[in-house]
Amino acid sequence: MSKFVKLKKGFNINLAGVAKKRIVDSITPNVFALKPTDFNGIERPKLSVAEGDTVKAGSPLMFDKIRPEVKFTAPVSGEVVEIRRGDRRKLLEIKILPDQRIEYENFHKYTISAISTLSREDILKQLLPSGIWPRIIQRPYGVIANPADKPKAIFISTFDSHPLAPGFDFILKGEEQHFQTGLDILRRLTPGKVHLNIDSDAEVSPLFGSVTGVQVNKFSGPHPAGNVGVQIHHLDPINKGDIAWTISPYGVTQIGKLFLEGIYDASKIFALAGPPVKEPQYYKTFDGACIDQFINNGLSNDNVRIISGNALTGERISADGYLGYHDHLVTVLTEGNHSEFIGWILPTSKKLSFHRAFGLFSFMNRDERYDLDTNTYGEERAFVQTGVFERVTPMDILPTHLLKAIMAEDYDDMEALGIYEVIEEDLALCEFVDVSKHPIQSIVRDGIDLMLEG
Amino acid sequence: MKAIKDILDKQRPMFQRGGKYEKFYYLFEALETFMFTPDHTTGAKGVQVRDAIDLKRLMMTVVIAMIPCLLFGMWNVGHQHYIATGQVASFLEKFAIGCYVVIPMLLVSYTAGGVVEVIFAVIRKHPINEGFLVTGMLIPLILPPTIPLWQIALGTIFAVVIAKEAFGGTGMNVLNIAMTARAFLYFAYPGQMSGDVWTYMGDATPVEGYSGATALAVVYDTSVAGTNTVVSALGDSWYASLYDLKNLFFGAMPGSVGETSTLMVLLGAAILIATGVGSWKIIASVFGGALFMGYLFNAMGLNAYMAMPPHYHLVIGGLAFGAVFMATDPVTAAHTETGKWIYGFLIGVLTVIIRVVNPAYPEGIMLAVLLMNVFAPLIDFYVVQANKKRRLKRATI
Repeated sequence: MSKFVKLKKGFNINLAGVAKKRIVDSITPNVFALKPTDFNGIERPKLSVAEGDTVKAGSPLMFDKIRPEVKFTAPVSGEVVEIRRGDRRKLLEIKILPDQRIEYENFHKYTISAISTLSREDILKQLLPSGIWPRIIQRPYGVIANPADKPKAIFISTFDSHPLAPGFDFILKGEEQHFQTGLDILRRLTPGKVHLNIDSDAEVSPLFGSVTGVQVNKFSGPHPAGNVGVQIHHLDPINKGDIAWTISPYGVTQIGKLFLEGIYDASKIFALAGPPVKEPQYYKTFDGACIDQFINNGLSNDNVRIISGNALTGERISADGYLGYHDHLVTVLTEGNHSEFIGWILPTSKKLSFHRAFGLFSFMNRDERYDLDTNTYGEERAFVQTGVFERVTPMDILPTHLLKAIMAEDYDDMEALGIYEVIEEDLALCEFVDVSKHPIQSIVRDGIDLMLEG
Repeated sequence: MKAIKDILDKQRPMFQRGGKYEKFYYLFEALETFMFTPDHTTGAKGVQVRDAIDLKRLMMTVVIAMIPCLLFGMWNVGHQHYIATGQVASFLEKFAIGCYVVIPMLLVSYTAGGVVEVIFAVIRKHPINEGFLVTGMLIPLILPPTIPLWQIALGTIFAVVIAKEAFGGTGMNVLNIAMTARAFLYFAYPGQMSGDVWTYMGDATPVEGYSGATALAVVYDTSVAGTNTVVSALGDSWYASLYDLKNLFFGAMPGSVGETSTLMVLLGAAILIATGVGSWKIIASVFGGALFMGYLFNAMGLNAYMAMPPHYHLVIGGLAFGAVFMATDPVTAAHTETGKWIYGFLIGVLTVIIRVVNPAYPEGIMLAVLLMNVFAPLIDFYVVQANKKRRLKRATI
């Protein structure tokens, strides 16, 4: 039985520089990298390769000693040129110099009819070493799923409501068969349902409109309507002891390809967007691509920040950084390292605000696209409760009280107030609108870490 | 602008770690960020863009919302002065008297509180919080114009130290700071806080027949005497139509500096609600609570005060001002949305109960707000508990 959920609370951050719907595939990055820091829930990463080794796409690069059957694999074939470590030998990047022609590791190839009779064991045997498994994220906590678990349901959000986020229907165009096969595989991993959540405010794409065997739910409303955590809350919320899995539509098509074609295909279309980008558009490459070639001279100014991911939950990378494992977007923003004379009170309609306090006029023009920079627009201050967090959190959760419970390290309260139902991205808007400029997302992660340890 | 920036940049090393005045870094920082918004950027992980709001702008919005009350209050101080002394004066003359009386009150309140803030910021090594921008303005507005300036200083210092800093500073206080200042002065110096203190006389002598009694006092005395209805007693004041309903709403009457005009308070409320800074739920529920209790007393009708038409409660005394500027203080109010309804409603109810039933205190809003400040966490506790229970219930299904 499909559900329709209309969300009222939330806020769309309309950034300028939306990617035009065209795909450029003529750029070949010089180097690719797998970043162990992209994954939550790895405890003791161990390398499977050394510098100088040659690998194929889908060859294991590393694994977690706690769960060695889950492999993290190479997105492209080539030579491992550098293994970069940070402080205390923390593994940061495994860099690969790509071959001209990608060679693929051979996985088992199934026919469509064979797939319907696959056992859970067969599926895991194929999935775990492929490199796709880390795309399956467990709720609570937003960590890589444990293959031994039988989740109560699997949730897939088919749309991303974050600022400038690309549409999955666009970047996965023509992948209908892989997508459906991926869903068929996932169905066999849960005794419950597979939920496919689509955006009811947009046209239904053929990719998601004609699927079978899953429950299709519709969501309407501003961001964070596309966040899978918010969707789960309204469909089948996570209670203590529950385990659910989530996966992106990209991961679903990858699974389909793995079983139908027997390869780990990490090719990926990402959007390069943001106000300073002269030609915001889509590029076809592979996971972990070095982004310098794409950015090369394409910006209208030098004082920029490059972000793998979106402007709410992304991570700053250097100009020769790498596209993150979970990201389909590179956002470029102008750095806000400027001060402004009495800027704290000047009336303005150029700055975006969820609030309507004196002089902030952006609320009068909600559809305008804004050229936001990275300035904090104020300093960190004591926690003053204005009730604004509640207005951007479309869940029956009291964010302020949950955050306080985390800061007080009160396990019982964290649990009672809904720590199982949120990860960083679900409260990212709270961080954006916060008057006192607190690092809300990192507080949420601290809370999750406490729960994981406790 | 560049010149000012350069001067500030030049001074900065003196205030930074190892500098001559490193202790006063946060004072320097407060001044600097007041002039120029800082060039801070967001962290590497987490949100990369931030909302244009900050605490300074939020607090200034409240200050702006109070300006109608302040300006009206300044005029009214002069107006009452000339009525009481029986002189005819122009608008500007009245306003000048008001400036002469009110501006020193403002300066003393801001200076006394500001010094305490700076001392605590230096000792505790934290930035100076902007909350005092609002408190410093609120305090003079809820005091009588005749109060000695040293009492304002003392009351402000007491409130900031005991009601705020002792609890850990901005955002941590349980009691509304301005109301604490008023309560302290009320109990410590009743002579200057009650009785014939509501009209500034200066050196002049009042005209014959003058009475300095506020509307609340008139109502109370009438009720005790029991010979008249409240409405006719109010209509029968010493100065023509001083306390008829129209003027009670407009506010050209004796009282604390900024609280007499319901009209100006509503203008402030409009600003607070339109900007989303003040909770309309609290404002509406305080008024609702007061009306509810007013009607309940009407039904009982044991004395003239109880029989007073309930809407009079909204325009006499400081209820409107308290509802809009005191009860809505986000730190000391209930934090949950459901809690705000209960919190506001009980403030309204308690204000009217204290006014009507308690002979010791003519004004109830002060104690009602302080009392509900104390109970706000309890209200929140039950609302939060209900949220937890919903979650728990879900789990067992």
